[in-house]
Amino acid sequence: MNKRLYANTGVLARHIARQDRVRLVIWVAAFLVSTLLVVSAFSTLYSSETERQAMAETMENPAMIAMVGPGYGLDNYTVGAMLAHQMLLLTAVVVGVMNILLVARHTRGEEEDGRLELVRALPAGRLSSLASTLVVYTGANLVLALLIAVGLVAFNVESIDVEGSLLYGAALGVTGIFFAALTAVFAQLSESGRGTIGLGMAVLLLAYMVRAIGDVSSEALALVSPFGWIVRTETYVNNLWWPVVATLTAAVVLAVLAFYLNAIRDMDAGFLPSKAGKKQASRLLVHPVGLAVRLQRTGIISWAIAMFVLGASYGSVLGDLESFFADNEMMQQLLTPVSGVSLTEQFLSMLMAVLAMISTIPALLFMLKLKGEESKGRAAHLLERAVSRTRLMGSYLVLALVGGWIMLSLAALGLGVAGNAVMEDSISLGRFYESAMAYLPAMWVMLALAVLLIGLAPSLTVVAWLYLVYSFIVVYMGGLFQFDEWVTKLSPFGHIPELPVEEVSWLALSVLTGIAVVVLVAGFAGYRRRDIQGG
Amino acid sequence: MSVLETKNLKKHFGKVKALDGVDIDVREGEVFGFIGPNGAGKSTTLRVLLGMLKATEGEATIFGKDAWSDAVELHKRIAYVPGDVNLWPNLTGGEVIDLFVKLRGVKRSERREELIRRFQLDPSKKSRTYSKGNRQKVALVAAFSSDADLYILDEPTSGLDPLMERVFQECVMEAKAEGKSVLLSSHILSEVERLCDRVAIIRDGRIIESGSLADLRHLTRTQLLLQTKQHVPDLGEQPGVHHLEEKDGALVFQVDTEKLDDVMRYVSGFGIVKIESTPPTLEDLFMRHYEGVEG
Repeated sequence: MNKRLYANTGVLARHIARQDRVRLVIWVAAFLVSTLLVVSAFSTLYSSETERQAMAETMENPAMIAMVGPGYGLDNYTVGAMLAHQMLLLTAVVVGVMNILLVARHTRGEEEDGRLELVRALPAGRLSSLASTLVVYTGANLVLALLIAVGLVAFNVESIDVEGSLLYGAALGVTGIFFAALTAVFAQLSESGRGTIGLGMAVLLLAYMVRAIGDVSSEALALVSPFGWIVRTETYVNNLWWPVVATLTAAVVLAVLAFYLNAIRDMDAGFLPSKAGKKQASRLLVHPVGLAVRLQRTGIISWAIAMFVLGASYGSVLGDLESFFADNEMMQQLLTPVSGVSLTEQFLSMLMAVLAMISTIPALLFMLKLKGEESKGRAAHLLERAVSRTRLMGSYLVLALVGGWIMLSLAALGLGVAGNAVMEDSISLGRFYESAMAYLPAMWVMLALAVLLIGLAPSLTVVAWLYLVYSFIVVYMGGLFQFDEWVTKLSPFGHIPELPVEEVSWLALSVLTGIAVVVLVAGFAGYRRRDIQGG
Repeated sequence: MSVLETKNLKKHFGKVKALDGVDIDVREGEVFGFIGPNGAGKSTTLRVLLGMLKATEGEATIFGKDAWSDAVELHKRIAYVPGDVNLWPNLTGGEVIDLFVKLRGVKRSERREELIRRFQLDPSKKSRTYSKGNRQKVALVAAFSSDADLYILDEPTSGLDPLMERVFQECVMEAKAEGKSVLLSSHILSEVERLCDRVAIIRDGRIIESGSLADLRHLTRTQLLLQTKQHVPDLGEQPGVHHLEEKDGALVFQVDTEKLDDVMRYVSGFGIVKIESTPPTLEDLFMRHYEGVEG
């Protein structure tokens, strides 16, 4: 090892830590607080053994296995086992997201923006930037692991012991380090920060889906994915440490690969080829909507594929779900069948809610791109020409509405096609589609909120994301945490009738649509009046 | 003595030959101008010299050491300013300057305050609020307060107003007076003309001309305005005469410097009333090298 390649890594590490101090504290605090809230909720809501065993029964459900991983310790489903089984995977996914976003920003992001050039011209080594980023993020993940472990032990719940808590924290920490190292590799391959994040997220989603399908049908397949390892720690029951060691080893291999690739490449170069573009604009491009579409083309295509695959992977468990219901008398009694509706169909509406909320992510991204274009000073290129603000914002809204509809349609189609392929009693595609489309008004409300924020308070657009996260928690996990009904009703997704079990409530759908229209009008009015920023 | 030297430097990006044999040398205590249009290979050459790109072929040495493998050692004695400075948006200009000083491993100097004053930079503002010119000033203050032995400047004045450009030129002169060497890449030719001892012109990844400004002028043409008592026949056919035009009864034309003597002898026979000569500017020189290339 050449020491000069790493010159000044320490100074740069302090520089990164200083830049990220607020961001990292917020992330880590969010993980800690949400984990402890869940423990607190579980130990009060499921204080008796009977309640916990009743929940353990539902965990044999293939749909649940696909979502949270294979059940373990179900004979004696303690609060600790509940926590690790139901929350560890989900938290690990979010830890992965955090590492992808932040590491991409400090590696390829710095290079793309030309800040690395300034640093490299100083007596800093060729690998110092990458080394300092990995040092800081390894440290951040270790701190996260330790704080979670200490917090869990300090909560003093009987089944939450010291070893299990250390393992819970360590599992999260090493997943974080794994994705930090993976992102470091992608930062060498891609020539842009966005590309790096895109590759990282794609692999993260793929890892989740491979594990989901693997956990339901083939353990060997699940073991391909790092998430498949993490759910096999059997924390608070058997406390297996091999997944932690395996993940860490994989992370080290990835990190070494990243350093090697970084050492042999030129600055600003990537290993994935970037192809030359067109010399002339096509007819479609020279229109505000066309431009909005063209700028986000890669995102639109990737999301479309991802939504279809996501729908299909949920659909692929419907067959197992059907036979699970057929074999399980208790479940049949628990979910009293609605006449003319199969038990599987009752599950559809919950899956649809999840798919609809995930489809809202690309829709929001398409809309909020307008704000990004403005702060980079590029919206001004259009506005100073003969494009009115209403037309500009309208173009992005059209893309977001159509894009959101396409995403939801593809998810429903994927669910229906894959579901019917594996089920004995098929459900018509129309039924899948109908129950998906019922969620459109909720998506419109979310988009309208984004428009309102862009129009009136562009610095607060993060509120739209927080509202979506809130919706996800209350709708997806509302049952688990037994929230009051009003908590769920604060989200537009909480008002959607659960087709095909419930009747279509035209009133609720019309009211949501009405709210969306009013908020949209206010957003457009605000956007016309305020100053345009950036430049 | 050369402080910086490239020999047959080549850099290929895939099939594109960005540099196709670049030879330059910067001597101790001189300001060396590096000129050429966008895309000719200026920045690529500088990036190879700074150890950010690895040369495909040839040598790039600074202070006698290899620019790639001894980069860290060399950078302790080099200050670099790029033409497009990007900073960390949530750090102030002052913080960025201190970070650069720290990475250099030296103490904060009084020069820092002096330069901040001269460049009229507000170091307490976050970088995201700086205009392009102000970001450029941050890099310039960091560079000139660093006590380097070699300054590598890549179009450093882009975005600066004329007053600040003057301050920049003073800083370069002061560095030179202290015996420092400067490699200045630019396409602001008046700036190069004012500051540089020697220049090299790059085109399509090759150096097509280099030497002192006086040498280069010798190779070019002088602009003449001539009024005579009698009509001068066949002036346009004389060897070395170019771009002949008539303006308000006077003849305006260019003469190759080596033919100047012959042309003067020829026209003196027609009774000169008025003669004005303008020395060739670097711009003329530059244009001459590029004219006809596009076609």
